Amino acid sequence: MNALLHGRLTGLLVLGAVIAILPAFLPNNFYLDIAILAGFNAMVCVGLNLLIGYAGQISLGHAGFFGIGAYASAVLVGTYGWPPVLALLAGAAAVGLLAFLVAKPILRLKGHYLAMATLGIGIIVSIVLRTESGLTGGPDGMMVEPFRIFGVELYGEKVWYWVVGVLLVGVVWLSLNLIDSPMGRALRAVHGSEVAAEVVGVDTARFKVLVFALSAVFASVAGSLFAHYAGLITPAKADFFKSIELVTMVVFGGMASTFGAVVGAVVLTLLPQALTVFQDYQQIVLGGILMATMVFMPKGLLPTLAALLPARRRA
Amino acid sequence: MFAELLQYLLSGLTIGAIYALAGLGFSIIYNASHVINFAQGEFIMIGGMASATLTASGVPLPLAILIGCGGAMLVGVLVAKFAVERARNASTVTLIIITIGASIFLRGVAELVWGKDFKRLDAFSGETPIQILGASMQPQSLWVVGTAAVLIVAIGLFFSRTLTGKAILATSHNRLAAQLVGIDVKRVVLASFALSAALGAVGGAVVAPITFSYTEMGIMLGLKGFTAAVLGGLGHGPGAVAGGLIVGVAEALGAGYISSAYKDAVAFVIILAVLLFMPNGLFGKRGTERV
Repeated sequence: MNALLHGRLTGLLVLGAVIAILPAFLPNNFYLDIAILAGFNAMVCVGLNLLIGYAGQISLGHAGFFGIGAYASAVLVGTYGWPPVLALLAGAAAVGLLAFLVAKPILRLKGHYLAMATLGIGIIVSIVLRTESGLTGGPDGMMVEPFRIFGVELYGEKVWYWVVGVLLVGVVWLSLNLIDSPMGRALRAVHGSEVAAEVVGVDTARFKVLVFALSAVFASVAGSLFAHYAGLITPAKADFFKSIELVTMVVFGGMASTFGAVVGAVVLTLLPQALTVFQDYQQIVLGGILMATMVFMPKGLLPTLAALLPARRRA
Repeated sequence: MFAELLQYLLSGLTIGAIYALAGLGFSIIYNASHVINFAQGEFIMIGGMASATLTASGVPLPLAILIGCGGAMLVGVLVAKFAVERARNASTVTLIIITIGASIFLRGVAELVWGKDFKRLDAFSGETPIQILGASMQPQSLWVVGTAAVLIVAIGLFFSRTLTGKAILATSHNRLAAQLVGIDVKRVVLASFALSAALGAVGGAVVAPITFSYTEMGIMLGLKGFTAAVLGGLGHGPGAVAGGLIVGVAEALGAGYISSAYKDAVAFVIILAVLLFMPNGLFGKRGTERV
C-alpha cells in the first residue's frame, strides 16, 4: 500500500501486474466489461485528480468533456467518414482549446468559480447533445463505428481490455512524471498557498490553466475510445450526474494520490453493480456511503488506509 | 407584441422568485460556513412534496406547509450537525461532495417515502387567470412572488435587527473573531442551514401548484439557485435575489423568443458570460487571500 503511494516505479509495477493477472480471475465477458468501464473511468479520474488534488480546483463538468470527445468520434467517423484516430485527435484538440479559453480568465479568480463554470459547460453540452437530434440522435443517442487503426479493427472485450489496460498504465505514468516535474512541484505549491507560491515566482494561473486543459483532454480521449468500445453513445454519459460521479471517484479514492484516483474509480464503478441488490435503497446507500467516507476519511480511501500502516514501513 | 413580452416577463419573475429564494439559501449557508450546499434543491423538494401529499390526505394547507417547512429545517440541521460540522476542517472539495452525498441520500429517502410519481397540489386561490394588459397570469404566480417578497424582506430584517442574525453576519465576516466575542459559531452554522431549509421548503410549497412536485424537482431548481447566487456574487444576499430574478426572466425570454428546448441552458450561458467578463459576479467584491 505504501509502495503504491510513495514508490513511483513500484506503484506502476503493481498496477501493471494487477492489470495483467486480473483477466485470469474474471469468469466471463460481463466482468471483463465492468473492468473495462472501470479502466475508462480511471483514465478520466487520473486527469481529474491532477486538477482537484494538485491544483486545488474542482470541475463539475468533466463528463461534458468526455461527451464532446465521444460525440466527436461518433459523428466525425460515422457521419463524415473520418479515420478514427483523426477524429479522436480532433475531439481532444477541440476540448483542449475550449478548456483553455474558458479557464484562462476564470482561473485567475479565487474560490469556486471554476466549479460554477464547468458545471455550466457540462450542462450546456448535455442539453445540446439531447436537443440537436439531427446530428447526435437526441436522447436515444447514436451508434458508433468500431475503432480501426492501420486497417486493424479493435473488437471484443478481450482486445479492449488490453488496450484500456495499457493506456491506463500510460496515463498513470504520465501523471506521476508530471507530479514529480518542476511543474508538479509548482502545482503543489499552488494547492498549499497560492499567494505564497506567487511570491516565490510561480505563475500559478498558468499552471492551473494547463492542468485543467490537460485533464479535460484526458477525459476527451477516454470519451472517444469509450464511444468506439461501447458502439453506442447517449447524452447520459455527458450529464451532470456523470460529472459528479467522476469527482466523487477522485475524492473517494484519495485526493492528490494518483493511485487513489484509480482505486476510487474501480471501487465506485463496482459499487452500483453491487448495489443493484438493494434496488429501492440504491440512492440512499450511495448517498450515505459518499457522506460517510467524506466525514470519516476526508483524505480518501487510499491515503487513509496507508496511514493505518505502521510508521516504520512508511520510511 | 407587448402582451407577449409581458407574458414572458410575468412567468420569468414567477420562477425567478423561486431561484431567488434558493440563491439566498446558498448565500446564507456559504456566509456562515463557506460550504456550497448542493442539497439546497432538496429542501425545495421536501417543501413541495410534503405540502402536496399532506393536503391530499386532508391536512389543511397552512398546516401542511408548516409541517413541510419544519421537516426541511430538521433535515437541514441534521445535515449540518452530522455531516458538515464533523468535516469542519476538510477541504472545500470534500465539503461539496458531502452536500452532494446528502442530496442523493435525501432524494433516495423521498422516493421511498413518497414514490416516484408526480404529485399535484391545488392552486391556493383558484385557477381563473388574471388578465393584465393582454397577458394572462395564474393567481398562483402572485402567491409565489408575494411569498418570496415577504420572505426576502423578513430575512433582511432578521439579519439587520435580531441578535441571531447579527451573530451569523459576524461569523461570516470572521469566524475566529466571532468565536472570541462569545458567539457559538457551531450554532450559527446550524441556524444558517435551518434558515436556508425553511426558505427552500416554503418556496417549494408555493411553486408546487405550478411545476407539480416530484422527488427530482429540486435538482434543476437547486442548480439554478446556485447560478443565481454566483451571478449576484457568492455570499451577497441581495445579489442572489437579483441574480435569481435575472435568471428567471432571461430563461422565460429565451424560451419564448429563441428555443424552448434550450430553456435550461440559458441560466448557464449567462453565468459563463458573466464569469468570463465580470468575474466576481454582478455585485461581488474582489477577494483577497492572506498567506
